[in-house]
Amino acid sequence: MTSIDASLEPNSPGTPNPPDLAAMRLQLRRENRKLFARRFFASKSAVIGSALLLLVAVVSLLAPWLTGRDPYALDVVNRLKPPSSHSLFGTDNFGRDLLTRVVYGTRMSAEVGFAVAIASSLIGLVIGLYAGYVKWLDQILMRVMDGLFAFPAVLLAIAMMAALGPSVGNLIVCLTIVFVPSIARIVRSSALIAKEQTYIEAMHAVGASHNRIIWKHIMPSTLSPLIVQGSFIFAEAIIVEAALSFLGAGIPAPTPSLGNLLSDGKLFIYNSSWMTIFPGLALVVVVLAMNLFGDGLRDLLDPHARRAGKKR
Amino acid sequence: MAFYIARRLLATIPVLFVLSVIVFLIIYLIPGDPAAVMLGDGASPETIEALREQMGLNLPLLTQYGTWIGHALQGDLGDSYFMRQSVRTALAEHLGPTLSLAVLAEIIAVVIALPLGIRAASRRGEAADKALTGFSLFGITVPGFVLSMFTVLLFSVQLKWLPVSGYKPISDGLWTHLQYLILPAISLGVVQAALLARVVRSSMLDVLNESYVKTALAKGVGERGLVYRHVLRNAWLPILTVIGGSFGTLIAGAAVIESIFNIPGMGQLLVNSVQRRDYSVIQGVVLFVAFAYVLVNLVVDLLYAIVDPRIRLK
Repeated sequence: MTSIDASLEPNSPGTPNPPDLAAMRLQLRRENRKLFARRFFASKSAVIGSALLLLVAVVSLLAPWLTGRDPYALDVVNRLKPPSSHSLFGTDNFGRDLLTRVVYGTRMSAEVGFAVAIASSLIGLVIGLYAGYVKWLDQILMRVMDGLFAFPAVLLAIAMMAALGPSVGNLIVCLTIVFVPSIARIVRSSALIAKEQTYIEAMHAVGASHNRIIWKHIMPSTLSPLIVQGSFIFAEAIIVEAALSFLGAGIPAPTPSLGNLLSDGKLFIYNSSWMTIFPGLALVVVVLAMNLFGDGLRDLLDPHARRAGKKR
Repeated sequence: MAFYIARRLLATIPVLFVLSVIVFLIIYLIPGDPAAVMLGDGASPETIEALREQMGLNLPLLTQYGTWIGHALQGDLGDSYFMRQSVRTALAEHLGPTLSLAVLAEIIAVVIALPLGIRAASRRGEAADKALTGFSLFGITVPGFVLSMFTVLLFSVQLKWLPVSGYKPISDGLWTHLQYLILPAISLGVVQAALLARVVRSSMLDVLNESYVKTALAKGVGERGLVYRHVLRNAWLPILTVIGGSFGTLIAGAAVIESIFNIPGMGQLLVNSVQRRDYSVIQGVVLFVAFAYVLVNLVVDLLYAIVDPRIRLK
């Protein structure tokens, strides 16, 4: 820090030479990292959320090696067995190992949530940026977004899935459509603020193209709120996916997904409570991980929102 | 005032228009011929053609939308191909249980959220406030249908206090009616309460920062009087908005919960229609709920503008 201060002193000898500048940049970056790390570890939700998320990621990525069993392997003799040392979570109505199915189901939920969060963030970013920047597009795009936003999420997703037919790909498409408006709205409002800044006016003055202004100068200022919202959509998409699969309008049956497992659990809720408890808990853990992580991200990336929130 | 109402009404029209177009276009998402899909594999080309004619699929797209929305605005949502009755009748038959469930859940949410939110706001950082933070995380994390399956396990399967599933209309007696509704309503209501409590708290805190609250304190208003007479009265707007807006969420949430508890409401109608590929019912239910959702929000906004002059002057 001292070296930077010294070079900025008015009586210091002029512009620093290139090697000094590089060293200063390096130091600045190191200090930024240190500050980031300190803020990260100061936020309880960020730490717990990331730890849980890491757990979910490890379980999802290592699913085949973790259990060593086939989630589809039938074993009718051992059907509806309670948890035991042989199968820790018990078995389902076809004798399939529930732990294996919960692990694969978690993986499926994480996959769908991730795909939806990425896809809706990208599409929402484009729509939000152009709506915020181009006046006449704003009217058209945002009316469509408002219309989509007016539906309760589960309802719109069910209706679209009914038409498209149940499959993982269709589910991702439908959930993306459902969640694009919330991203687009947030990006648009950040873009509207950024557009009015003096530096954008300066860009116009030096003759930068519209696309250059949008992507190089407005887009970066919309990223923080976008990433935070994206992490909440991850969680939300997992819940809606589970609800749809539970209702039979999501991922088709033999594929293990947390919603499908819960839907099986419902049929045997009287005598085989483990078929409900374990998939239910897994779903709660995944969503909790994402929500805590999102809270933590907001603390880190968007400290202003947090301070404003605290003041309230 | 009239200007405000007119502006608010005008702003609603494009939303309703876009919404209806989306619902209309849903059947065009069907891969292939909707009529053939609805009739299944065994249908002869003649039957398919007849259904296409009946559904108006042979007309130009704009004409189709025009007739569809024209009829819908007069309350005619078409006929269910499978139930041999009009969608309107089917909706009317299934509306009662869903409304009962949503209203009861809303009452539970308000009863939990108001005291908790008020307490948390007036004693910031203390036990109630921390409880609220935990509770609201619980609310966004635990989906209503998972919570309801856990409550069924606890109260119906283990403790055997309440029936596992089913529905009895209010004409069978209020107590029987409530006995069947209480578990699903609690599951829906508790999740909603978590969201609502957070809004109550933050909107109370906004008002607590106002200088007239300091004035009231200075002139010696007691804590009860302060909270109920001075703060809460001015904090109602966001609270009411969330309560109004939550009806749509509750009805959609009810769709999932109803299938767990076997309640013959709109959610079950929707889910059954999805399985039967009965598209006119699907469109009808979705259009009805979404319209109701937008209109309830509109009414809440307008009511508030009538009560609070600050809104309509803004």
